[in-house]
Order: sequence, then C-alpha cells, then structure tokens
Amino acid sequence: MSLAAERSLRAENRLVIAHVYAGTVAFVLGALFGLLQAFSRADAISAPPWFDYYRILTTHGVLMALVFTTFFITGLSTFVTYRSIPRERSLALGWIGWVVMLVGTLMAAYEILAGNATVLYTFYAPLKASPWFYIGAALLVVGTWVVATDIFANVIWWRRNHRGEKLPLPAFCAATTFLMWWIATLGVATEVLVFLVPWSFGWTSGINVMLSRLLFWYFGHPLVYFWIMGAYIAWYNIVPTYYKGKLFSDSLTRLTFIMLLLLSTPVGIHHQFMEPGIADRWKMLHTVLTYGVAVPSFLTAFAIFASFELKARTLGKFGFWATARSLPWDNPAFAATGYAMLLFILGGFGGLVNASYNMDMLVHNTIWIVGHFHVTVGGPAALTFLGTAYWMIPKLTGRELWSKSWALWQARLWFVGMLVMSMAMHLVGLLGEPRRTASVDYLGTGIAQTWAPYNLMAAAGGTILFVSAMMFAVVAIGTLVANRKTQPMDAEFSEPSEISGPTPRSLDTIWRWGVVALVLALLAYAGPLAELIHNPGYLAPGMRTW
Amino acid sequence: MHVHRYERIWIAFGVIMLVVFLSAIAFASVADNINPPSGMQTIDPTKVAQTPPFDHPGLRKIGDGRYEAYYVAQVFQFTPSDLKIPVNSTVSFYVTSPDVVHGFFIPNTDVNMMVIPGWVNTSTHTFTKRGTYLLICHEYCGIGHQNMFGKIEVQ
Repeated sequence: MSLAAERSLRAENRLVIAHVYAGTVAFVLGALFGLLQAFSRADAISAPPWFDYYRILTTHGVLMALVFTTFFITGLSTFVTYRSIPRERSLALGWIGWVVMLVGTLMAAYEILAGNATVLYTFYAPLKASPWFYIGAALLVVGTWVVATDIFANVIWWRRNHRGEKLPLPAFCAATTFLMWWIATLGVATEVLVFLVPWSFGWTSGINVMLSRLLFWYFGHPLVYFWIMGAYIAWYNIVPTYYKGKLFSDSLTRLTFIMLLLLSTPVGIHHQFMEPGIADRWKMLHTVLTYGVAVPSFLTAFAIFASFELKARTLGKFGFWATARSLPWDNPAFAATGYAMLLFILGGFGGLVNASYNMDMLVHNTIWIVGHFHVTVGGPAALTFLGTAYWMIPKLTGRELWSKSWALWQARLWFVGMLVMSMAMHLVGLLGEPRRTASVDYLGTGIAQTWAPYNLMAAAGGTILFVSAMMFAVVAIGTLVANRKTQPMDAEFSEPSEISGPTPRSLDTIWRWGVVALVLALLAYAGPLAELIHNPGYLAPGMRTW
Repeated sequence: MHVHRYERIWIAFGVIMLVVFLSAIAFASVADNINPPSGMQTIDPTKVAQTPPFDHPGLRKIGDGRYEAYYVAQVFQFTPSDLKIPVNSTVSFYVTSPDVVHGFFIPNTDVNMMVIPGWVNTSTHTFTKRGTYLLICHEYCGIGHQNMFGKIEVQ
C-alpha cells in the first residue's frame, strides 16, 4: 500500500472508530442503567430515595435503542461502503453527521438526566418534556441523514464511474438500509419539528395526541427493521468470511434488502392495536403487511443456513450436527453472531404473536413485549453488532483483539443472560405483568402475587448481561490501549457461491424501489391519516407528571 | 432469476404458514368477534368532569347480566377504583383520560386498552369466574404510575 493510500485509509478508519466507540459508550452506560432497573423491579435492592426508576428507564431505552444501535449502524454502514467502494473521498459529510448526532445525543441525555424529560424513549404526548430534549432527538436523526447522504454520494460516484457494473453488495445493502431509514424518519421528524417542539415551547396550546402517535409509530417500527437490516448487512456480507465460505446468492440478498425497504414502513399500526381512533380495518391491513415483512427474514434464514451447509460440504461434512460443528464457534466474531441468529428464531416467532391483530390483546404493554424486543434488538441486533465489532476493530486499528477468550465469554454470557431474562419476561408477561412500571407489587392484589419469582429470574439474567457488557467494554478499550499493531487492516467481503447465478438489473436499482416504498407507506397510512384529519378529536394541553 | 428448488419449497412453506396464521386471526375476528378496542367517540379532555356520563363514573345496569362501566383514568388513579359485579356478567368498559395517556388492562381477560386524552375507548368482557381481578394502568403516565390500579370483585 502506498503511503498516501495508507494515510487516507487511516483517516477513514478514524471516522468509523468515532462512530463505533460512541455507540460503545452508550452501550456500556445503557447496560448499567438496565441492571439498576432489573434489581429495582425485582425488589432485590432497596432503592435510595433519590433513585428515579423512570429516569433510569428513559436513559436505558434512549441509550440502547436509539443511540448505541444508531451509532453502530452508521459506523458499520460507512465502513462497508468505504471499503467496498475504494476511492479518494472527502470525509466531511461523515464527520459532520457524527458531530450532529453526538451533539443531539448529549442535549437529549442532559435533559433526561436533569429530570426534564422523563418521558421514556417513545416520548408519548401529552407528556410534555423540555423542548431541548425534542431538539436533541431531532438532531440525532438529522445527523443520520447527513451520514446517509455520504453513503448515497459514494453510491452515485460508483454508478457514474463504473457504468454497466453491479454496485458492490455491501454498499447496496448499506444504501438500501439508509434509504429505508430516510423514508421512516420523515414520520418522527414531522412529529418532533412540526408538533412537539412548538408545543413544548408553548407556541401552540395543545396537541393532537393520536396524530402524534401515528407519526411516531410510522417511524417506530421501521426503526426495528433499521436494527435488523444493520445486522443483516453483517450476516450476508461479513459472516461467511469467518468460515471462509460463500454468500449463498447475490440476487436473493438484494431481493431481501429491497423487500425490507418496501415493507418495513407500512406496518407501524401494529403497535397501536389497542388505541381508539384507528378503525379495525387499518389494524387488520397492517397485520397482513407485517406478516409480509416476515418473508425477507425467511429468505435470510434460508440463505444463512445454505451458506453454512455449502461450506460444510466442501469439508466433507453432511447433516445438521456435522454442519453446526464445522462452524468456527471459537472465533468470537462468529460465536456472537451465531448466538444472535439463534435468538432471532425466538424473536421472530414472538413478533408474529405481537403483530396479530387480536392475539396482541393478551400481550400488549405487558412485559412480554419487553422480553420480545430484548430477543430482537437486544439479541440478533446487539449481539451481531458486538460480534462485528470484534471483526471490525482489528481492521480499524491494526491491533489484535484483547483478548479473544474474553470476547468469546462475553458473547456466551450475553446469549445465556438474554435467554434467562427474556424467558422470564415472556412468561410473566403472559401472567399480565405490565411493562414500564417501577414496582409491580399492587399490594399483592389478585394475580400480582404470582409475579415475584419471574422478576428475580429476570434480574439474574440482567446481572449476567451486565457482566457481559462490562467485558465488552474491557475488550473494546483493552484492544485500543494494550496490544501491538499486528493485524492487517484490509477487509474482505463474501463472494457469491456458484449456485448464485447472474443478478437481474431490476435488483441492482435502489432509487426506483425507494419511490415504490414511499408510495406503499403513503397508501398504508392514507386511510387512518385521512380519518384522523377528518375526525381530529380535541387537542390535549399536556403536562409534566413526573 | 434463478431460485434453488429447496429455497422455493422453503419460501412456499413460510408463506403457507403465514396464510394459515392470518386465516386464524381472520376467523377469530369474524366468527368469534374477537377484535381490538377501537373506540371512535371523542371528548374534550379539559371538560371530562362535566361531560356525562363521565361526570358520574361507575357501573350502570343495562339489562339482565349486562352492565356498562364508565371509568376516568387520571394521574394516578382510576375512578371508580373498585367495582363489584356478579359472576357471568357482561361488562362494557368505557374509559377516557383528562390528562395524559394511560393504560386500562385486566390480566386474565382480553380487556386491554390504551386510554388517550380526547378519545373514549371501549371493550367488552364476560366474567365467568369468581375472584379478584386486578385493573392496571399499563402505560407509563408519570411518577406515580405504579400506584395506579384498581380492583374488580366478581362475586
């Protein structure tokens, strides 16, 4: 590598490191707040009087669901785009995006910790937080738009300079993910900038609560798919390299991402089944569409296992167990991602329950839901991100991981801890325990007296998860400070297998599918939106109840 | 586009499974009338205490074994907080909020509603077993959210 090329590679790496480590800080703090919550809810500690469960819960939710995941996905997507489209480039947009995201995060975090925004990460109106919290949240989103623009700019550069060639798959996946994200965040940006900010400053006297919730969930569910697409970027493009295997199919990978782009957004009402003001027919429509978005996950399950099996066969291994044993479970990057995939089987099926129009009545807003999203964002997404960090950090720093065995145990503990905690949450959720509640004692009334053992079990799982998170912090920081530079910094991505076949041109386009996605989202929301505009109800003045 | 035969089988299996699940949902909706609460009535949240019937929340008997229960959910209590009903009663719950969003959830039943200021939500349930049912606010509503619960005694 020439000196100039190495210098520009290091400059790119610094940008990705900034994203990934900002995410890491959020993750480690988020884990600490999670531990406090689990113990408090299980009544396993007597909380000091200043302890504010809801402030801790808000911080945990915002740091984990919004900050950690987002910084990691911006970092990973920037990394795979840059490395699959090598060229001389400006890093200005990448850095501006990072700074805007960080400033937004710090503003929101300050307001939460100061007690001015104890509104949880869904910030449902008419709970009225400080305007600076909403502005901070908006800046976090705006920062991601800048990062998205950078990714799109690189894709456009490739198209101009490589006419007739396919866009490299990693960049295709990253660009599709961020196009989906851009469409989805239009909802929350409208909610925050048009309604919440003016209202919290006192410039408007009331807020249309149902409209704000519709806009929030227009964004809230695709947020979930943003996490999953972030994980899928790694599962398709990076994971096969861990066992020197091949990507099952280039065209099916693109099809999966296009289907996620199309179907992630028009499904948000499945979070609003129990709400007034939205007619049953729209709830049923969003159930059907949500079931549709399960299809790309079926495709993914097939592609992943097929890739495992193709590799195992070249080693002369046939059958389920021989294939499973042939995989590199002693490589922390693979182990973490493999466990993530196993957790997603649980998360996926639980999700079908929650998305079911009438079955959701049994679980809505119970802690079952919390169990569900811990085996989706906390499992498949988070554990994939941690495993991918084990692959990526040596390529960003040139340093060997400190240490491989800690990283391996970190992944194992996270898997076990998540199974224990989410199992407890799923079970006690079916017994009716609510989520988002500081104490679930209810003076021992009725069914509430059956919940305590499950909360202890959840706290035990939470403790294992906390230990695991701290081990990740040790590895992430230890690698930066302790080890010598021994690792090559080049990253390779998986190549398609012989089975793959040529990719149709229609699956190598992004913008046209983006237009279709936008139209689908508008169609799915036109009905309920028109009805809420026709029958807006009354505006709620809002208040601060904490 | 080339799609491997095994993959076609797998996709077909997945899609058929989804269609079966959806049919079960649709059957429960149409044949058993199990539908989520989707109240369409609006109410001025600043005037709940003056708007009948929420100016006098509580239980009304409307027929043989049939009741309507009007609830106000507000920080941090339900009014009425306790309800007594005979076993095998069918109760239609109507609930609204004068302040922030609350939840209205009775574990062991399918009464599960979001209570949105400006709207009246509604759900109906037949209580076939005696005992004490817990009514909880299951949406975070503020610092005293965990104290917001009530009881329904089925006698």
